[in-house]
Amino acid sequence: MALSRLSLRSNRLLNPSTTTAALPSSLRRHVSTDTTPITIETAVPFESHLCDAPSRSVETSSSEILSFFRDMARMRRMEIAADSLYKSKLIRGFCHLYDGQEALAVGMEAAITRKDAIITSYRDHCTFLGRGGELVDAFSELMGRKRGCSNGKGGSMHFYKKDACFYGGHGIVGAQIPLGCGLAFAQKYSKEEFVTFTLYGDGAANQGQLFEALNIAALWDLPAILVCENNHYGMGTATWRSAKSPAYFKRGDYVPGLKVDGMDALAVKQACKFAKEHALKNGPIVLEMDTYRYHGHSMSDPGSTYRTRDEVSGVRQVRDPIERVRKLLLSHDIATEKELKDMEKEVRKEVDDAVAQAKESPVPEPSELFTNMYVKDCGVESFGADRKELKVTLA
Amino acid sequence: MSAIIHGAGAATALTTFHSKKLVARSRTNLPGRSKRCIVASGSDDGSKSFGSSSSLSLRHSHKLIPNNAVATKVDTSATTGHELLLFEALQEGLEEEMDRDPHVCVMGEDVGHYGGSYKVTKGLADKFGDLRVLDTPICENAFTGMGIGAAMTGLRPVIEGMNMGFLLLAFNQISNNCGMLHYTSGGQFTIPVVIRGPGGVGRQLGAEHSQRLESYFQSIPGIQMVACSTPYNAKGLMKAAIRSENPVILFEHVLLYNLKEKIPDEEYICNLEEAEMVRPGEHITILTYSRMRYHVMQAAKILVNKGYDPEVIDIRSLKPFDLYTIGNSVKKTHRVLIVEECMRTGGIGASLTAAINENFHDYLDAPVMCLSSQDVPTPYAGTLEEWTVVQPAQIVTAVEQLCQ
Repeated sequence: MALSRLSLRSNRLLNPSTTTAALPSSLRRHVSTDTTPITIETAVPFESHLCDAPSRSVETSSSEILSFFRDMARMRRMEIAADSLYKSKLIRGFCHLYDGQEALAVGMEAAITRKDAIITSYRDHCTFLGRGGELVDAFSELMGRKRGCSNGKGGSMHFYKKDACFYGGHGIVGAQIPLGCGLAFAQKYSKEEFVTFTLYGDGAANQGQLFEALNIAALWDLPAILVCENNHYGMGTATWRSAKSPAYFKRGDYVPGLKVDGMDALAVKQACKFAKEHALKNGPIVLEMDTYRYHGHSMSDPGSTYRTRDEVSGVRQVRDPIERVRKLLLSHDIATEKELKDMEKEVRKEVDDAVAQAKESPVPEPSELFTNMYVKDCGVESFGADRKELKVTLA
Repeated sequence: MSAIIHGAGAATALTTFHSKKLVARSRTNLPGRSKRCIVASGSDDGSKSFGSSSSLSLRHSHKLIPNNAVATKVDTSATTGHELLLFEALQEGLEEEMDRDPHVCVMGEDVGHYGGSYKVTKGLADKFGDLRVLDTPICENAFTGMGIGAAMTGLRPVIEGMNMGFLLLAFNQISNNCGMLHYTSGGQFTIPVVIRGPGGVGRQLGAEHSQRLESYFQSIPGIQMVACSTPYNAKGLMKAAIRSENPVILFEHVLLYNLKEKIPDEEYICNLEEAEMVRPGEHITILTYSRMRYHVMQAAKILVNKGYDPEVIDIRSLKPFDLYTIGNSVKKTHRVLIVEECMRTGGIGASLTAAINENFHDYLDAPVMCLSSQDVPTPYAGTLEEWTVVQPAQIVTAVEQLCQ
C-alpha cells in the first residue's frame, strides 16, 4: 500500500533513489499535472439573498487542490515570517496579517483570470501573492527596499501589481469600494467581459460609501462583485457590537447576495465563479465570506483583548483552511503525509530565501523621494527663481 | 500634438491698442517646447468686466504717462475667431477633447440629460451617449472614487462637482487616492482625472455654497490646481487638464460663467503651470486669480488715472506656482500685492507670500501684502457679502500704501 502511494511526480517532490520506476503506469498518480475532474461537496451550504444559490458540488482536479495547498502554505509562511520580521523591527508601521483567511485568496484566483480586477484593503499581502506577486517583492516592500512592488514607497498597505490587474492595497477603510466600482465601470466602458472583485471587511461594511457605490453599480449594471471578508472583528469590535444587521450579504438590499464559508477554498471558488457569471449578466452581487484571522487586526494588536485564546485555537483546530485541504488531499489519496510535509518544508525554504534576499536588497535612493509625484507632461519643467535651480520638475 | 501651445506671451497677455499681432515673450528657452506658434487674436485682453467690452490701452513706459484709461472699442471685425461665453468655451474644450479621445468621459450630478447646472455639459449627452456623459446620484464620495478607479485603468474621467463645496465630501478620495496613488504604487498607476466645478463667492448663495476650496486642496501632494478666468484660458486649461496625465483640479467661478470673449477658431491649449501676464507694468506686481482678476483690473483703471503703473499677473496655476513669471516680475517692480478670494488663514495667498519671501526676499522693497477674503462664513445679506471679498477700492488703497 505504501509503495503504491509513491509514484512519479515532479522531481522536487521525490527523492530520486526511491523512484518506483517499476510501478505500472496505471498506479502512478502524476498529481501535480493531473487535471482529471473531481467533484467535491462543500461542507456548508450557501445562503442566498435574491438569487439562486450555486450547487454545492464543486468541480476541481487533484492538481488544483494540490496547488491550493502549496499556495496557502506559502501565504501562511509569508505571514508568519512577516510577523517575526515585524518583531525584529525590520518591518515598521502597520502590518496587517492575513493568516487564517488564505482560502479566500486562492479560491478566488482559481475562479477568475488575471484580466479580472481585484482591489482590496490594507490586508493585501496574500492577495498580492495570489495575483502572481513574487515573495521577494513582497518582503522588499515590507522592509522598505527599492526592489519592493511599489519601490519601497508604499509599504504594507500599498501593494499593487498593474500587469495582473491587482489594484491594491488601500489604507483608508472602505475607500477602495468606490474605486472598485470605478474599475468595473471602466471594464463596462471598454466592453471587455471582465469583472472586478472589490474586497472589504466587516468593519468597512458600515461605511456610507459602500452603499453609495452599490447604488451606482446596481443602477448602471456594472460588473462589480463586492466581497465582504467577514472575519467577525472590525479591528477590536465584534460584528454584533458594530452592525445592527450582521447579515452582510443581505445588506445590499436590492442587490443579490451569497454567504459562503470562507475557510473552504473550494466553496470560495464556486462562489466566485458563480458571481462572475452573475455579474456579467445581471450586474453587481455581494458575497459574504465567513472567515477568521488568527492574528490581531495588525501587529500592534495582540488580538486577545476582545476574543479568547480558546476561540482562536478552536477555529484553528476545526476550520483551518490549510488543514482542510490537507485532509482532502489525504482522503482522496492525492498525496501522502510525507509529501505534504516535504512541500511545506520547500515552501518554508522558499520563504526564508526570499526574506534573506529581501534583507540584502538596497534601500531606495534619496532622489526617489521626488520621483513619481507627477507624470512627465508635455516635457514642461517649471523653473524656480532665476532659472538656476529646479524648484518643480514635473517628471 | 497638433494643437498650438501658447506661451505666456501669446493671445491673452497684453494687447497694445494698435497692433493685432501678439508678440511672444522670451520664454523660448524652456526645453521641450518646440512647437510654439503665435496666433493673431484681436480683442483678447484681461480687462473684460461684466457686460462691457472695454479694453485698456497699454504702453510700456519708464515715466508715468497718463495712459488713456477710457474704454476704447477695438475693431474686432477683421480678426478671425468666434465669440462665446465662458461656459460655452468650457463646453467647447470638453467636446473637442471627447471627440479626440474616446477615453474621456464626464461624470457628475445633472451633467447628462439636464445639461449641467451651469450648462457646461449641455448637449454632450445627446452627442456622446449615456455611457460617456454619466448622470450620477448625489454621492460625491462614491462617484469621485469611481472616477479615480476608472482612471487607474486608463479612462480619463472629468468629474464635475456641482459646486466645489460639495467636493469636501470626496476629500478622502481626492487626497488619498487621487493625489497619492501614482506615488504609493511606485509609478504603476497614473490618475488622469480632471476634477472641476464652480466655487467662490457668488451672489448671496449663502455660506455653504460660497466656499473656496483652493486652500484646502493646496497641500495635497500629487495634484495640480488651476483656476480659469477668461473664456480663452478656460478652454485652454480644460483641454490641457484633460490631456495631462496628472490629476488636475480646475477651479471655475460661479460669477464668471457669462463672460464673453472672442477666442481663436483653431485648436490651442494653455500651459497648466504658467501664469498669465494681464497687464505689464513697472511699479508694483499684483498677483491674482479667478474673479479677483476683474476687481484688480477695475482698480488698475483707477490706479492708472492716478499715475501708477501696476503689473497684473493672473497666476492661473495654483499648484505649482509659476515662480518664474512671478520672480521676473518681482525683480522688475520690487513690490508685491496679492489679491485673492481665498480666506486669509491658510489660503493660496498665504502660501504665495511665503514662497515669494523665501525666494525673492532680496528683491523686495516692501513687505508682501496680501488682500484676501475675511475669515468668516459668507453671510447671506448682500452688503455683508460684499465686505467679505476684496473690493477694488481696497486694492487701490493697498497699492497706494505699498508704493509710497
